[in-house]
Amino acid sequence: MIGLEHYLTVAATLFVIGIFGLFLNRKNIIILLMSIELMLLAVNINLVAFSSFLDDLVGQVFTLFVLTVAAAEAAIGLAILVCFFRNRGTIAVEDVNVMKG
Amino acid sequence: MVSADLTLVLPEILLAIYAMGMLLVAVYTTKDGLASTLVWMTAAVMAALGVWIATTGEGTTTAFNGMLVLDGFARFAKVTILLSAAAVLIMSEAYMKSRDLLRFEYPLLVALSAVGMMVMVSAGDLMALYMGLELQSLALYVVASLRRDSVKSTEAGLKYFVLGALSSGLLLYGASLVYGYAGTTLFSGIIETAQHGDVSLGLLFGLVFLISGMAFKVSAVPFHMWTPDVYEGSPTPVTAFFATAPKVAAMGLFARVLHDAFGNAVSDWSQIVALLSVLSMFLGAVAAIGQSNIKRLMAFSSIAHMGYALMGLAAGTVLGVQAMLIYMAIYVTMNVGTFAFILMMEKDGQPVTDIAALNMYSKREPGKALAMLVLLFSLAGVPPMLGFFGKFYVLRAAYEAGLAWLAVAGVIASVIGAYYYLRIVFYMYFGDESQEGLDGGGSNTVLWGFLMASAAVMVLGIANMFGVESAAAAAAATLVN
Repeated sequence: MIGLEHYLTVAATLFVIGIFGLFLNRKNIIILLMSIELMLLAVNINLVAFSSFLDDLVGQVFTLFVLTVAAAEAAIGLAILVCFFRNRGTIAVEDVNVMKG
Repeated sequence: MVSADLTLVLPEILLAIYAMGMLLVAVYTTKDGLASTLVWMTAAVMAALGVWIATTGEGTTTAFNGMLVLDGFARFAKVTILLSAAAVLIMSEAYMKSRDLLRFEYPLLVALSAVGMMVMVSAGDLMALYMGLELQSLALYVVASLRRDSVKSTEAGLKYFVLGALSSGLLLYGASLVYGYAGTTLFSGIIETAQHGDVSLGLLFGLVFLISGMAFKVSAVPFHMWTPDVYEGSPTPVTAFFATAPKVAAMGLFARVLHDAFGNAVSDWSQIVALLSVLSMFLGAVAAIGQSNIKRLMAFSSIAHMGYALMGLAAGTVLGVQAMLIYMAIYVTMNVGTFAFILMMEKDGQPVTDIAALNMYSKREPGKALAMLVLLFSLAGVPPMLGFFGKFYVLRAAYEAGLAWLAVAGVIASVIGAYYYLRIVFYMYFGDESQEGLDGGGSNTVLWGFLMASAAVMVLGIANMFGVESAAAAAAATLVN
């Protein structure tokens, strides 16, 4: 029987993979965008699992909001990435280093 | 029923409709030709809404089944946000125009982010919180990379986007855990769950994730990494905007979540917030010492100031929230003046951000140098400037809440921090005469006016703070009960 904790474990694992993807990835900014998306989708799994467990629709409504915002976020991220590529000529993570911080 | 709810959120709706309508108008007419007019119009609309909110509305009401809360706290924060955003917009106009940066999207994006901030400070539900936060953040990502032909600006936007999205992810994960373990997304429901005995482990995890997500937005250490780069890379008027309204909104959201949703578990979050506060104060004070770029310096300065504001929150009392609100109002006023000065720093028509270029500035521009001196003393917290009273309030709140160690740490950090503010004063008044510094910086009366007004407030405000003290007290009382 698959219970709530299984869903939560999957979501937590995906979320951690997303965070590690953000910090360990040295190659490509597109991978950063994928990692962010992975984190948001992990949250969605969490929300839907809780929603079904609690027998409460609010969690699924929340999921729809998150999906919508994630789409907008990806669009803006890609737009900024295109601008950056035009100026810098590369989208390697290690080249995002004009300012040291 | 619905119309009553809509009336309560009318300011937000009007501002959103205004922004979208003007976007259409500008796209179908002259585009950037309208930009100057739009900047002034948007500033006027936001200032008018700010005055409207300040003068109307009484007591605490909720809209949309508790999803949005309109109380004194929300009104205080909204007025601060709207007025500071309007001030920064007006300051940007001449600077951006002369550098061919003024696009019609800029004022409209600022207006949309202001809508997001207004939703943030009156959020009564995790969904409203998230939507407000994202509306604000998405607009800010774009504004950061406004100078789209510059590597620095687009890099700043990219860094801000990646780290901002990470923080939204953390916050959202926390929200999902809170929803799961409290069974509701409404703050009023969450606080009831926390009431019965101790907070469950899942709820506590959710709270920690929520706090880390929000700490990102207020740029508290250890979630501050994006701040110096974004401040340096963004065009200066945008930096001025980042340093004012979004900080107020994020602090307002912080206070709202901690008190409205977790007000019964003060002991659980007080230590976390105190830790964020002490780290921010010290890192802001120490890391700014080595900076030569004034925008980076202001970034570390804002990190330190957020540490003091968080100290008020860590107290977890009415006095603490009041101190935080007073601190933020003073902080915003100081920063508007300081950035008006930074916007005027130029040489041969080119903007300069190097501190050393201020060499002997007092010789050429005694008036401006004196105003900047007042502002820097105020930022450092030197009595009798207004900035000292802001610090005094948060220190007192922390002390009275039994966090004496935090108050002592705050005093030590402010002494360390005074060094880098006084260094600028040293350059302006006792610099090396042989080196060439900035020239007068044009005759922009708007910027000059903001600089002088802000400096005057820092001196004259010590009499009665222009009534901010009692307003903040009333606002804090509505949040904490």
